Amino acid sequence: MSQRARVSLFLALVFVVVSGVTAYAVGSAADYRETHERTPSVPTVSHPDQDAGTSTGPRILFRHTGIDESYGRVGAVSLDDPSGPRSFSDVSCDRLDATAEVTACLRTERGVVTTYSLTEYDADWHEQQRVAVPGIPSRTRLSADGTLVATTTFVSGHDYMQAGFSTATEIRDVGGRGHGDLERFALVMDGERVTPRDRNVWGVTFADDDTFYATVGTNGETHLVQGSLSARTLTSVADQVECPSLSPDGTRIAFKQASTRDGRTWWTPAVLDLASGERTVLDAERASVDDQLEWLDDHTLLYGLPREGETGSTDVWALDTRGSVPPRLLIAQAWSPAVVRP
Amino acid sequence: MYITLSDRPAASPAAPVAGRRRVAPVVVTLGLVSLVTDISSESVAAILPLYLTAVVGLSAISYGLVDALYQGVSALVRIGGGWAADRGGHPKWVAFVGYGLSAVARFFLLFSTGLAAISTVIAADRVGKGLRTAPRDAMISAATPPESLGHAFGVHRALDTAGAAIGPLIAFAVLWWIPDGYLTVMVVSFGFAVLGVALLGLLVPDRPVVERRQDRAPVRWREVAQPGLVRLLVVAGALGLVTVGDGFLYLALLDLGGFAAHWFPLLYVGTNVVYLTLAVPVGRLADRRGKAKVLIAGHGALLAAYAVVALSLDATASTLLVLLLLGTFYAATDGVIAALAGRLVPDELRASGIASAQTVVALARMASSAAFGALWFVLGPQQALVVVGGVLLLALPAAFATARGLDLDAAELP
Repeated sequence: MSQRARVSLFLALVFVVVSGVTAYAVGSAADYRETHERTPSVPTVSHPDQDAGTSTGPRILFRHTGIDESYGRVGAVSLDDPSGPRSFSDVSCDRLDATAEVTACLRTERGVVTTYSLTEYDADWHEQQRVAVPGIPSRTRLSADGTLVATTTFVSGHDYMQAGFSTATEIRDVGGRGHGDLERFALVMDGERVTPRDRNVWGVTFADDDTFYATVGTNGETHLVQGSLSARTLTSVADQVECPSLSPDGTRIAFKQASTRDGRTWWTPAVLDLASGERTVLDAERASVDDQLEWLDDHTLLYGLPREGETGSTDVWALDTRGSVPPRLLIAQAWSPAVVRP
Repeated sequence: MYITLSDRPAASPAAPVAGRRRVAPVVVTLGLVSLVTDISSESVAAILPLYLTAVVGLSAISYGLVDALYQGVSALVRIGGGWAADRGGHPKWVAFVGYGLSAVARFFLLFSTGLAAISTVIAADRVGKGLRTAPRDAMISAATPPESLGHAFGVHRALDTAGAAIGPLIAFAVLWWIPDGYLTVMVVSFGFAVLGVALLGLLVPDRPVVERRQDRAPVRWREVAQPGLVRLLVVAGALGLVTVGDGFLYLALLDLGGFAAHWFPLLYVGTNVVYLTLAVPVGRLADRRGKAKVLIAGHGALLAAYAVVALSLDATASTLLVLLLLGTFYAATDGVIAALAGRLVPDELRASGIASAQTVVALARMASSAAFGALWFVLGPQQALVVVGGVLLLALPAAFATARGLDLDAAELP
């Protein structure tokens, strides 16, 4: 082939590739616009003044994940009728937690440089504070009185030759300052102060305004730690516990228990009794649950699972902690549930 | 010795030829191949964490370990790529296989779901990257007279790094336009990968580095182990052991509070911009003053970067200064070491020589990152940097003492 022919062939290929890629991108942009202009397929509250208790009464807030015009916005359903009509706020969150007064919202801020933020809202959805977080939103929890907020994000090396991920977990005063990365807290394992090189902390749940629980991952193992904000310590209390969630009565920890299936990590919901150390693995749930569980009441857990056949959409399921009753679908097209009892 | 190119002047680096400013067309073409290929790989790398967590729905912690493993595989495959290029005498086609493998991997990425499949595809991509690097650098070396090698590698690395800076911007622009457009980014990435392979296959001349003999002697590692190259491997390996990954420096800066966390991805872009700006001038400096001298002086910039972080003066100023120093460090080392290694072995072993140097540096830096991680937790970021910086400070004069000898070695081999 002559040089001229080669150049022509290359230019022809550039034309084919550029038009092919452009056509694909324009097509998927059009698809996106079309699916995200639909009205939700789930029942919604039609008038704000007839909100069926979704804005003031006992309620569940969540991220709406129906592929429609409200995708990603915070939805609310009445606690008495979780599958009933939902109302929407104008706020979008990837992960959220809420009390009657405060909502903590982790969000991906899209742009040419994509960033991530934690925003605190008051009961009327007025923004109170917005701070940058270092990575992709993973977990957030508020303390029961709404004075502390914890966030876990995935931090990734951006460069091609940079290895891997780690988690960054921080506790902040709501409306105030942070207490620093939990990785810097003194770590006490089996009664001994240790300083392992690889150490990740994730999934905080608050007991009161000083005590909290979290997972510490080190040397390929996970541990449940009890943390003290004032003493800046993390003390191990159990092994093999990920993403703890303290029950409303403060006696049990719900968590995801890891095992390996077909070479992949598989998480089963489980409950640990803090006083006796007894574990109950809730294998009535057949799917792998990668979520921080939320207590609906003293014997029911909530969590999100991918919605079958609909990429990007999820459902919130409810599972009884007392027996082998199969889980039930609680809120369709929802993620990151937060139970609010005013 | 076999003659590589008929027009190759036998001038030593000490006597630069005036007025020779342009690099061979093949160097620019190879630079453009790297540019589009880096757009392809970096655009996907930038969105992969988001994609894995948001769409595939995986906690991404385990990914980090796997990724570190592939870095090691990539470094070792590099030796194989260099050996194959020298053995067959057709570095272009070895590089082609490497670029092709990465393009095929990008195609399969379009259909991969689940961590296992995605990991496999990424592993194939890394193997491809490992394979192609040394043959490609050997081609740049073969097409360039010795006194312009620094310049030629500077031009190539500037183009390469420009691609690395553009890739993430394209990816995030696509996601801005189409919020769930991860697959679109992968299609774009595949498109760029195909263009890179086509550009190499069609427009880079297949000019064998060495004229083929009827029965070709196998590559002997003993011949690769020329005294000069061995000395370079020892010096570069030792310096690699005290080279802390820039991720750690950025984290230490973040710790100082010099910038909000969301600027973090921009630090890599900033370093890359400095690197691509300085690659050509620093390469030309290496041609005039000696490549080994510039290579080792580059580690002085690294030492200065450690000092700036450890001293923690004004946080914003420290951040900008560190980006400037790291960019200078890359400009003075990455291309320059390839330029130097290619001159320290006989022509027909050039790819193997370059591959050896790059592998030693990569493995030393991996070991250093692991060790530094441990120091970081025991001592804290700044004290850990003081320790590593102290060792580097002691090592630099010794390394510098070998530079003159290395530059003479590079000049002696034809």
